[in-house]
Amino acid sequence: MKNKVITIDKAMTFVKDGSSLMMTGFGQSGSPRHLIRALSKTDVKNLHTISDDLGVAEHGFDQTISALVNNKQISKAECCFIGQNPEASRQYIEGTLDIDFIPMGTFAERIRAGGAGIGGFYTKTGIGTVVEEGKETKVINGEKYLLELPLRADVAFLHAYKADKAGNAIFKYTARNYNTIMATAADTVILEAEKIVEIGDIEPDEVQLPGVFVDYVVEAEEDIL
Amino acid sequence: MANYRETIAKNVAPLLKDGDFVNLGVGIPTLVGNFLPEGVDIILHGENGSAGIRGRLAENVYEDADTFLEWERTHKGEMTDYTVGHKDLLDAGSRPITLVPGACNFDIVTSFTMPRGGHLDKTVLGAMQVAQNGDLANWLVPGQMATGMGGAMDILAGTKTVIIATTLTAKNGKPKLLRECTLPLTAVKCVSTVVTEKCIAEIRDERFHIVSMYPGVTEQEIREAIDADVIFDDNMQIMVE
Repeated sequence: MKNKVITIDKAMTFVKDGSSLMMTGFGQSGSPRHLIRALSKTDVKNLHTISDDLGVAEHGFDQTISALVNNKQISKAECCFIGQNPEASRQYIEGTLDIDFIPMGTFAERIRAGGAGIGGFYTKTGIGTVVEEGKETKVINGEKYLLELPLRADVAFLHAYKADKAGNAIFKYTARNYNTIMATAADTVILEAEKIVEIGDIEPDEVQLPGVFVDYVVEAEEDIL
Repeated sequence: MANYRETIAKNVAPLLKDGDFVNLGVGIPTLVGNFLPEGVDIILHGENGSAGIRGRLAENVYEDADTFLEWERTHKGEMTDYTVGHKDLLDAGSRPITLVPGACNFDIVTSFTMPRGGHLDKTVLGAMQVAQNGDLANWLVPGQMATGMGGAMDILAGTKTVIIATTLTAKNGKPKLLRECTLPLTAVKCVSTVVTEKCIAEIRDERFHIVSMYPGVTEQEIREAIDADVIFDDNMQIMVE
């Protein structure tokens, strides 16, 4: 199988001004901090991000997506929760950061649809709320549902604890979160791994993310938060 | 009623039964776990991918970035002890947690299949407003700091029993239990029971049925604090102090 390992500098060349970018992570957990930190050092701007949240900024944690928010590299964000990053709220209220808030389960399922070749789905989440506004609705088995459409991105950043050079990956505990679905829903999928092993070193039945979804693998440095 | 938060949590606890699969929201709901009766074992859901949370670490490793970084260095990689903690084992608030034996972790799609698909028995959440038909508003005050709805709308869309743990009135004294919510809704007709520091109200037939009251609190006091249709149960219970 093909060795997909590239340098982090090479990985940065796939993200361009105006790119749509999926990033895994639920707050700190499973966040591709190494790729994000490298991106925060580039002058790429006008990003359209698709991520659970916009990072954790409290107590000096600024290596999650909050680093990109602080640099004002994001102009449009689709996410679920920004309660742990007051700077994102500030930019949103100021009008410099456009945010589309999406209910988390719907957000996950839209990404899944985007990666699975599904053209949309009906859900009860958001019925009777602002989320329903402008959406097609349908009564199914006597209950009202609303139509949600798939989400895709140009590039996805993922984070695994362990991967082989072909991109087969394993996650620890709650770090799995969006990794398994975002890997399927972007044109270019870049996986950072804390530990990279040889092809064949991971038992096939222990793989949580099939390497076929991964385009490139980057080694994550050890010492950053 | 010195500590109203504890009073509310203590009175939510008896509503959780042995074996229940439960999601607890932030704030007062997270305290509920401290007051479960002996022998009542519930499975705590964490929407970021856990079933079987024990709780946050006793030591505060999240005080500042340096302390957390140091803790991460010694709790990472191959290390596998869910009773001690790991840098990749966090709750929805990004704080390190431990798990109970028999716990499991999963991805976000699986995590939201649980509530939305009706596999979660109960959720305990906070509220800004609750309407007498069960509508809930707890995510947005127009014009104030926006945070997003997170997973609340999805959890409410399918969880069988929704318990609200909140003060009877807002900080400015205005009623939270209303005929109709005026704030943007999180979900419609979803609330089963509201536990406050002064009374417990069940929502039935589009009314608040007061089924339990805190010692010393009068019916008059409760009527004045609720701007909705209220019925006092004939078999009134006394809340836990």
